[in-house]
Amino acid sequence: MDTSRSYLEPSSFSKKMAAAIIIVYAVITLIPISWMVMTSFKNVDSAISYPPEVLFEPSLEGYVNLFTNRSRQSQEYLDSLPPPENWYEELVRSREMVITGPSKFLGRYSNSMIIGFGSTFASVFLGALAAYAFSRFRVPLKDDLLFFILSTRMFPPIAVAVPIFIMYRKLGLGDTHLGMIILYTVVNLSLAVWLLKGFMDEIPKEYEEAAMIDGYSRLQAFFKVVLPQAMTGIAATAIFCMIFSWNEYAFAVLLTQFNAQTAPPFIPTIIGEGGLDWPAIGAGTTLFLLPVMIFTIILRKHLLRGITFGAVRK
Amino acid sequence: MSVKKKFKGLSDKAVSWLFIGPTVLLLLAINIYPLVYAIKMSFTNFYANKIGREPQFVGLKNYIKVLNKEAIWEKMQVTASFMFWTLLLQAIIGLGLALLLNRKFKGNELLTTLIVLPMMLSPAVVGVFWTYLYNPQVGLFNYVVNFFYDLGSFDMIGSSTLAPWAIVIVDTWMWTPFTMLICLAGLRSVPNYLYEAAEVDRASKWQQFIYITLPSVLPFLLLALLFRGIENFKMFDMVVELTSGGPGSATELASINLKREAFEKWKTGYSSAFAVILFVTIFGFGNVYVKVMNKIKER
Repeated sequence: MDTSRSYLEPSSFSKKMAAAIIIVYAVITLIPISWMVMTSFKNVDSAISYPPEVLFEPSLEGYVNLFTNRSRQSQEYLDSLPPPENWYEELVRSREMVITGPSKFLGRYSNSMIIGFGSTFASVFLGALAAYAFSRFRVPLKDDLLFFILSTRMFPPIAVAVPIFIMYRKLGLGDTHLGMIILYTVVNLSLAVWLLKGFMDEIPKEYEEAAMIDGYSRLQAFFKVVLPQAMTGIAATAIFCMIFSWNEYAFAVLLTQFNAQTAPPFIPTIIGEGGLDWPAIGAGTTLFLLPVMIFTIILRKHLLRGITFGAVRK
Repeated sequence: MSVKKKFKGLSDKAVSWLFIGPTVLLLLAINIYPLVYAIKMSFTNFYANKIGREPQFVGLKNYIKVLNKEAIWEKMQVTASFMFWTLLLQAIIGLGLALLLNRKFKGNELLTTLIVLPMMLSPAVVGVFWTYLYNPQVGLFNYVVNFFYDLGSFDMIGSSTLAPWAIVIVDTWMWTPFTMLICLAGLRSVPNYLYEAAEVDRASKWQQFIYITLPSVLPFLLLALLFRGIENFKMFDMVVELTSGGPGSATELASINLKREAFEKWKTGYSSAFAVILFVTIFGFGNVYVKVMNKIKER
């Protein structure tokens, strides 16, 4: 892509100015995220002090509160208990409370994982099959079918939520992992087909033809020759599907309650005494955002390509 | 298509149906069927929480009710002004950032990645933690604003004049990177020889910007705004967690109202009619927009 820019190269002064403005913007835009991470390491009191504390004594109270349920007890009762067995019990005791059990966070988090990975796998797999067919074969009404697949993405989730709710109730899929995996798979399918078709178009069809001359069937050629070649595209598409499923809220809040609820509807409901428990919410947010941030930074090249893909292609 | 039938295994036609079939079937079952179902229900007085009660056909009554309700038009206005301000801010800031990033200074890829982070986050979770930043007693946002310009105590979420701006700020913070990335892709696709030719013709930098850069990046910017427009018309998660539509109904966007009618009041027939109206609106505007966009591209 890079062509030589002789006199078109921006001057070094204008480059420095641009860099300075961008750095300022990046710092400002990262403040809210860093603030939430910092809050997760505060204790309840320093999270609600004013002016906001930038320097504070780090505490794991938020994380302890995130993973446990607690109840307040009288001093006499606390004195009657055997001494705390570990550091987190000690921390909770110092707040005149006892741990009554684990919270629902871990369950919600693992639901997010199961549904996220399940639906990502399914939509990338089905998307790759369809994308290959659209890329290689003369499919009747190809353009119409492709537009139909894309247009399904324009539906507001709430508009189809009631029928899906009723349909799932009848099929016994309401509030189940399988139901949510199917739903997210379908929502992601249109994106997966469109992105992957672009990547498949770039693989020369001579590759699989050569394999077929060597005695492979079409299916074998697809799985053994084409899929490995398309790995970059598959990775980029998978990240997008994963991020969508991981972050999705509307369907999760409307269609799940106890069994298959994911983390996004759960995190806002973490409540401490006398209002929201900010360090615990900060801890939940941090743990929830962490995988996405790591993904984004490690796989930034694929991601940036994927985001701009549709635009560049059209 | 020189290769045919000579190979073992399924024919190409069979393989293409095998490969496309599952996708089309799933989309029909989980996307089209519910939509048709919603359209059907919009002509009835169905209540999804009353099982066993046969819904009756009521014709266009639900549609007439929706369109005659003044509150609905208020929601549409709230949605429209939310869309106007977010798209305007994201277009200006996004394009500006893209122009700066296009100067290819050192470290620009890392900075791009950092700037992109907010749009990777869960909108609902983003909504929650901004309620903390906006907290009138302890919020960082309020502190910073007061640090630069003493406003005293103010409540971004609790005040009906400020709350619409609260959601505009968060959406802009979150989604400006999207416009930026698409514009950047556009800027990088401008062939260098255009600038070289302009340089030979002694066009000033400003003229180059107006006559080369802007026209080539405009289609990309418009496309980014189309995507954001569709998304913000459907906006639900971030705003629900940030303001839950309040105070009063100052930030009650169309989708939030739709959710209330459908899942709190369980007026399934009525809410389906509203959903269909929203759906037709988004398709109509989307189509007109795409036509205008293509005209601009052709020029």
